[in-house]
Amino acid sequence: MTRDELMPQTAVITDIRVETPDVKTFTVLTPDGKKPFMHKPGQCAMLSVPGEGEAMFSITSSPTDEEKTEFSIKRVGGLTGYLHDCEAGQMITVRGPYGRPFPVDTEFRGKDLLFIAGGIGLAPLRSVINYCRDNRDCYGRIDIVYGGRSKDDLVFYKEITEKWQNEKDTGVYLTTDKEQDGWDGHVGFVPGFVKELGFDSGRTAIVCGPPVMIKFTVSNLLDMGFDKTQIYTTMEMKMKCGIGKCGRCNIGSKYVCKDGPVFRFDELDELPDEY
Amino acid sequence: MYKIRMDKIDGLFEKLCERYDLFLPVGDSYKKYEKGDKPGEKTNTVRSPKDFFFPQTEDIMKFRTEGKKTELTDIRVGKDDFIIFGARACDTKSFDILDRVFLSPPADTYYKDKREHGVIISAACSRPSETCFCKTYGIDPAEPGGDISAWTVNGTLYLQPNTEKGRAVTDAASGLLSEADGNEVEEEKERIKKILDRLPLRDLTTDGFGAGKTKELFDKKEWERLSEMCLGCGTCTFVCPTCQCYDIKDCKTNKGVLRYRCWDSCMYSDFTKMSAGQPRHTRKERFRQRFMHKLVYFPENNDGEFGCVGCGRCLVSCPVSMNIVKVMKTLGGKNDA
Repeated sequence: MTRDELMPQTAVITDIRVETPDVKTFTVLTPDGKKPFMHKPGQCAMLSVPGEGEAMFSITSSPTDEEKTEFSIKRVGGLTGYLHDCEAGQMITVRGPYGRPFPVDTEFRGKDLLFIAGGIGLAPLRSVINYCRDNRDCYGRIDIVYGGRSKDDLVFYKEITEKWQNEKDTGVYLTTDKEQDGWDGHVGFVPGFVKELGFDSGRTAIVCGPPVMIKFTVSNLLDMGFDKTQIYTTMEMKMKCGIGKCGRCNIGSKYVCKDGPVFRFDELDELPDEY
Repeated sequence: MYKIRMDKIDGLFEKLCERYDLFLPVGDSYKKYEKGDKPGEKTNTVRSPKDFFFPQTEDIMKFRTEGKKTELTDIRVGKDDFIIFGARACDTKSFDILDRVFLSPPADTYYKDKREHGVIISAACSRPSETCFCKTYGIDPAEPGGDISAWTVNGTLYLQPNTEKGRAVTDAASGLLSEADGNEVEEEKERIKKILDRLPLRDLTTDGFGAGKTKELFDKKEWERLSEMCLGCGTCTFVCPTCQCYDIKDCKTNKGVLRYRCWDSCMYSDFTKMSAGQPRHTRKERFRQRFMHKLVYFPENNDGEFGCVGCGRCLVSCPVSMNIVKVMKTLGGKNDA
């Protein structure tokens, strides 16, 4: 019998890194220490702890990382709570990768890229950012605007400040929602910060974060002269199958699991406003 | 075309049982044939036959867990050949619609395996009901389709095999069947057509629905009023032969974990509820999703095919008498509300 797509493979959490008080990055490998699959930036995979449930998570490592596959996961509910309480060595199951990735090898090529993220929204973008860094000659400038509730809530802080920030033709702009001791960076919400920074509208923008942050950021980008065809996002809906059959991530005639999760804003215009 | 007298039908069923598991609509539901069972006269069973291919609950895999270790077991078993005798034209069409979901790549192997082993003997409707509107979707209950089309006329069952699977069945029973010309069947078809022309929903059309109608229909204020009565009980989705949304759940057993799939309903609030939020906050959005999916989104993805076959089960089962016909009459182009 052919293997069913719903049937996962077993995998092992080999490393757990604490990013923030409620976000951890999990390294997931096959039992014999290999990457469970090859993916493209922006794709997702179904992770499960049998008995605790199965859910879709974005893959946060870049395909250019040949050693490992990583998922950065925020503690929000049952399954994520269980994962947060796990220790390295825990076996889980994984299936995927699923969905349409960011067009890193087509539409993004040769473009100046502007990444804008809020909170855990940087998790899926990290895959794209590191892919572009590892293929640096294929892209123009890379600018990254990232905000969190506080300094302690900024994920990948070490990687951002020790690697991304120090590279040529790269700008990193961090902000936090409120003032805090030990933070002398920008204070304020992401959408306003983007406007303040005033990027020229020739760039391709990739936006990910809480829905309200995406909404106001995109509205500001449009005010700044960006066109909807220059703005990309990645969406989140509840999913069970990952292959466009269980019905729950359906928005209009699209299924976020297979037609997304990456959408260009002019494509979202064609869908009912129900996400 | 073949025929057999209805008083000899026990013999036919016994013969088929030698090679197949045989299921008949008896009373309100399908049951496995036992000696003496006769196919029911009712136009439609309360539950649709989608269970045969997409069961209400279905175990899909097992895990053995011990400490940090997990082991997966594929628990699929090969299915035996089986016959669904007496599915109506609407239900037979519903299998094509389910195929579009489950067999599109990557195919769902749980569904596919059952589908490949199932033979559908589809029966013409000698008495279409007042809740029937299959004609709206171009389905002809006088030409039921399936692997074998069947008509019962004046105490005789006529069988017309349409596929190889169907021919295998008539071949297996060849000693009991005699050749027939189609004259009596043609008369029966004419008789059924006359009934269709008198049905209360005969003029219901799909005008105003179909691919490309999202912008026009989504924000209509009528959704508010239409959804007001809906209890969100999900009965319509469970009796619907084409509703295919499902959930996957885990059940802890003493040896590990059983993962099963079960029907779900877009009418339920937790269908789309995540830790991150709820995109369909109220009954209105959930109600609208079900009908927009059947009448706009599904045709958009499936060559104009609608996600409804007009079987009328939801008209009969809804506790508050809200249904797709009322939605079509209210929002459709030429339908009188």
